[in-house]
Amino acid sequence: MTAHITPLPAETVSPGAARKTVLEVENLSLAFRNADGLLPIVTDVSFAIAEGEAVALVGESGCGKSITASAIMGIAPDNAEIAGNITLNGTVISALPPKDRRRLCGRHMGFIFQEPMTALHPTLSIGRQMTDTLRHNLGLSHKDATDRAAELLDRVGIPRARDILRGYVHELSGGMRQRVMIALAISCGPSLIIADEPTTALDVTIQAQVLDLLEDMRRELNLAMLFITHDLEVVGDFCEKAVVMYAGDVVERGFSADIVRSPAHPYARGLIDAVPAHDDGRTRLTPILGTVPPVGQWPEGCRFAPRCGRADAQCRTRPSLERHGVTDARCWHPLEDRP
Amino acid sequence: MLRYLGKRFLLILPTIFVPLILVFLLLRLSPGDPAGMMLGDQATAEQIAALRNQLGLDQPIWVQFLFWIRGIVTLDLGNSIFFREPVMQIIPRYAGVTILLAVVALALAVLIGVTLGLISAMNRNKPIDRGVVTAAVLGISLPEFWFALLLIFVFAVTLRWFPVAGYNPPTAGLIAFGATIFLPALALGVRQSALMTRMMRSSMLDVLNEPYITTARAQGLPESTVIGRYAMRTAAMPVITVAGLSAGYLLGGAVTIEIIFALPGLGRMLVEAVGRRDYPLVEGGVLAISLVLAVLNLVIDLIYAILDPRIRYQ
Ligand SMILES: Nc1ncnc2c1ncn2[C@@H]1O[C@H](COP(=O)(O)OP(=O)(O)O)[C@@H](O)[C@H]1O
Ligand SMILES: [Mg+2]
Repeated sequence: MTAHITPLPAETVSPGAARKTVLEVENLSLAFRNADGLLPIVTDVSFAIAEGEAVALVGESGCGKSITASAIMGIAPDNAEIAGNITLNGTVISALPPKDRRRLCGRHMGFIFQEPMTALHPTLSIGRQMTDTLRHNLGLSHKDATDRAAELLDRVGIPRARDILRGYVHELSGGMRQRVMIALAISCGPSLIIADEPTTALDVTIQAQVLDLLEDMRRELNLAMLFITHDLEVVGDFCEKAVVMYAGDVVERGFSADIVRSPAHPYARGLIDAVPAHDDGRTRLTPILGTVPPVGQWPEGCRFAPRCGRADAQCRTRPSLERHGVTDARCWHPLEDRP
Repeated sequence: MLRYLGKRFLLILPTIFVPLILVFLLLRLSPGDPAGMMLGDQATAEQIAALRNQLGLDQPIWVQFLFWIRGIVTLDLGNSIFFREPVMQIIPRYAGVTILLAVVALALAVLIGVTLGLISAMNRNKPIDRGVVTAAVLGISLPEFWFALLLIFVFAVTLRWFPVAGYNPPTAGLIAFGATIFLPALALGVRQSALMTRMMRSSMLDVLNEPYITTARAQGLPESTVIGRYAMRTAAMPVITVAGLSAGYLLGGAVTIEIIFALPGLGRMLVEAVGRRDYPLVEGGVLAISLVLAVLNLVIDLIYAILDPRIRYQ
């Protein structure tokens, strides 16, 4: 076991410009304190996001993506033990007391949830939820907050904004709800948006519209975006970089085009083969056999080994995240570059 | 909104009439004759028959029923057999006390229940939470007359903070009124407050796990707003349901409490009127209680509709 993780410096991987790094996560780990001690959920997660850049966090459900996001936002459950460094716009925020962390929410970081129906308050009006946030974070008057809320709804493509402000979440369609959620997340001018599977709960036809909207917002507002998904198909089109997680670990990291075209980690390969569009003409999809081991039952060494065709004795020790070809992978037997 | 309330109102009508019909029948099917009771042991059969005729008690039961319905519709409930005074004049004198007792009891119960439930939920599994949960179990299992006697013993007899019994109307001043209503209302409300504490605790714990609470936090709202506005708004709904359901219970419990604390309320009046076979007064009393219940339920429905926009569109 050599090695340590070299966090991916934004400058070196985005050759085009000197884009400012907005979020930098270094060796983030999270464990839940419970009766039997500490239960690790996420270990050694490192990545960075520059302004205007979308980074995908990919993995099957239960891999720790949402927990990672909540640790970055500072809204993890009380019994979470968090280690590592989180830097936002040059400030180390992971060491801040909870009150100061909360102040960054909304103003500097916005969060978009998977299920807008339950993520918006059922009995407070849309307008109330938006103006509460605007007034508290930006100190706007009631009238100014209402005007700005209407502008925001307009901007995310909601017609009759003033009427919608008076309405409630149950009166809206799924797509409209997610638009409201997006308006709420960008309302106070954050530099980072975390979107946790923002289209999973939507109809297929609506998914594309919401993705387009997110992309527009990212470009217009130059937002850094962490896009959480279990669907590798959208990653290549939507995100410049990708971080693949498996059982609480980052197993591969790099440009999404590279990962989608020639993944180094067998798990990433498996995810890609499970997507119809990347099936290379084969008739049958090849799902990864088995399931993600539940937290607390991770194998020693490489956590993917029990499901991996390439595993051998060496995989009983833990590999580190290292460069293989064009991407970083945590694997003893990475796949060869396949053009 | 109006349609919703109209619908609720129609649903409430049976809750007024079913008890009235039951009481009408029970009174007439139970042994004991009001005329005989009024005239005493010495009365002759002729005297009793004359009085029965005067009171209409010699008519067939369905004729009496029709008379009685006509009375309700025309708001003429007849005269009390015992007081020889129109029932419509007697009832309000007593009803005020009972309504005040029930309302103060309900207010105390909500106040105590919401506060303790909230404290308990915010300190989940800490000693203070365990203490509150234990107290709530006791509050639910102890009978209220026992609690009434305990309160009298501690606060009236031993500490002498409150009078042992008796009643001052609100017109006598808020402090004088409060002194006589506080212990009875507390005794009456203790079980409801224990119920509401448990309700509040569990619904708050549920709501705190809701995604919209996480959203409120992720939007940077301070914890006081997250709990006080975003969580309370939904967590209070079950408590309001319990409050609505407990209205009937509180009016029923008022009888015991009024007797223990010697409060001149509808409950005590009813018990005495039943003892005297004072049919018109008993019927009037039951009508009054049913009406109060119906109005309370409508008020609860109204609060519901205000708090939860989804209900208005049903
Ligand atoms: N409050 C919690 N206590 C204990 N385990 C939890 C808690 N929340 C989530 N987990 C566990 O953490 C793991 C990662 O969850 P999550 O981040 O939601 O996965 P993902 O978003 O990738 O689907 C899951 O196995 C889940 O069971
Ligand atoms: Mg998730």
